[in-house]
Amino acid sequence: MSMGYQIVVCGSIVPDPLQTLEPIDTPAGPALKNEMLLPAVLDPWAGHALYEAANLASRVPGSKVWLVSLGAKAKLQQVMMTIAQKVSFELLAIDGPASGFVDAHSVAEILAEAITAIPCLDRSRLLLFGGWESASRGAGVTLQLIGERLGILDQFQGVDQVSVQADGSLEILERIESGRHQVSSCSGPPALLGWATGSLPEPRNNPQIGMVNMRTVMPALQRAKPTTLGQNALRYRSVSPPKQQRQTRVVKDLSADEVAGEIVEWIARK
Amino acid sequence: MTESILFLAHVDESGTALPKIAFEALGAALELAQRLGSPLDIGLIGEDIQFAPDLLATAGARRILGVTGADFAKPRFASDAAATEAVCRATTPSLILAPGTSRFLRALPSLAQRLHGQVDTHITSVEAGEGAISATRWFYRQRLEGVIQRDARPWILLVDSGCHEPWHGAPGRGKWEEVVVTLPPEAKRTMVVEIRAPRADAQTIRPDAELLFVAGAGWTKKQSDGKVHPEQAETLILDFLRASGASLGGSKSLVDQSGESQAVLGFMTHMNQVGQTGATPRHPKGLSTCCHGEEPHVVGWRFINERRAINLDPNCGWARGKADVLYVADAFQVMARVNALLGTRTADPEQIEPVASNKNLATEALESEKVKQVG
Repeated sequence: MSMGYQIVVCGSIVPDPLQTLEPIDTPAGPALKNEMLLPAVLDPWAGHALYEAANLASRVPGSKVWLVSLGAKAKLQQVMMTIAQKVSFELLAIDGPASGFVDAHSVAEILAEAITAIPCLDRSRLLLFGGWESASRGAGVTLQLIGERLGILDQFQGVDQVSVQADGSLEILERIESGRHQVSSCSGPPALLGWATGSLPEPRNNPQIGMVNMRTVMPALQRAKPTTLGQNALRYRSVSPPKQQRQTRVVKDLSADEVAGEIVEWIARK
Repeated sequence: MTESILFLAHVDESGTALPKIAFEALGAALELAQRLGSPLDIGLIGEDIQFAPDLLATAGARRILGVTGADFAKPRFASDAAATEAVCRATTPSLILAPGTSRFLRALPSLAQRLHGQVDTHITSVEAGEGAISATRWFYRQRLEGVIQRDARPWILLVDSGCHEPWHGAPGRGKWEEVVVTLPPEAKRTMVVEIRAPRADAQTIRPDAELLFVAGAGWTKKQSDGKVHPEQAETLILDFLRASGASLGGSKSLVDQSGESQAVLGFMTHMNQVGQTGATPRHPKGLSTCCHGEEPHVVGWRFINERRAINLDPNCGWARGKADVLYVADAFQVMARVNALLGTRTADPEQIEPVASNKNLATEALESEKVKQVG
């Protein structure tokens, strides 16, 4: 692969997992209460996709990584302050809702248009990355819808590993049922990889990478076009948190033997 | 609007059976068809599907169609998308129900785009009423439950496992029509090489197990003697998994340790991770150990019915309505005694009904499949 890969990572922002989420009704459909005030993080599986993309690009000369991100501009800027210090990429920001209640088909249309508009994008070198599911909508369909719009016929989901072979082909490990991996060989790009956890730890913050990234991140955020997303006649009849609240019995005064006895009896009970 | 329903399924890895979840999705599709008074067609994909129309002969399908051949033996996006597209074009359904297998989750979203339809996944129930069809699914990783409706057709619904009673019916002689699909060379750029699984005795993820056993980061932290005991933790956990047949889950903080040069449990990988950024397994019971039970982890327990936890902290997350019972105790001590008791009981199976072992579960599943096929 003498020319390197052009890796486009789709990744948005989600509320910090530690936050309590409360749904509210708005004229535009369901939303989260105080959504703009909730601290945001990069969508975890999209984050893994970004780190894997940067790692792959670092090993194949001539490669480049873009991060295409749809979200409220202010929140994107907040998250990019951290993410931009971890790996090198060029940001393509789209100012719009990152809510889990937004229709995936509308999101895919906007993202596909944005990717198509990347100057000098060579589709024959394109690797489209992203998380296999988001932590917001959690549908696992947006990437495939983008891939179909871009005409990518080699798609993989739940990817934990990609290795470039001597002949330029890609060996890809996808998660399948029962904790196993399906190993596939793809002759090369263009290909779409929806990442699961991958195999890389989260990179440490590197201020030097941050300095370089921020030269392009801030202008990209300023250029971000405001976008309104249609709901494609998707209607929500209701959105609610789970009602089940357990009455926990806290057992403090039993010996280890007694606890073990209770547990074994409970396990054996049909 | 009169709906027509297509149920899609694929042959499993053995090539001689349908996945268990396919019968659950078929149950949901048939119930919906009955409520709507709509016809239901069945589309099947696999190298050889001959056994499947016979298996589904009494399901009441209007037509059964199949795409067969070596190109469709293995899960591959391009061939699966082409095969399902051909079946859909031959039946022109308005609703498509399919099991949420890894194979279909990979391919069917693109099918929606090809058919100018729309798709929703991880569906937990489908209902018809008041002139509309509603589907239920979770948002924000099982933290909010939504009921949705769509006007777009075809509407593809991928149904999660464990959400509907499987269809049971006597086999018969099922007639089916072959839909011929010829793949272009560009659809064959990917080849499935193999399925890579841990050794049989090292496989800790057991979807059919009665019990989920979750280990948290506490197993690798300093114990009362001021030292870490990861080897002892490994032994206790593996012994328990062997004796109980439980499936193993881990908290994010534990599985992440392998990348942070901390004491780790060698058999624990990201595949075991349960929670916001991990799996949401379905088991009747769950036992958590050395895990704080914070919300990002507990969202992965949404489909665990009975929950118990062992933790030294009486104010941990499990105590706040997330478990049925919290034992404030040392998991090292408790699990050692649990293993001893399980060993005793396994040695004397008449004393008490033994805990299902993985072997038993596998045998039961096999027998269940045989019963289904024989009728």
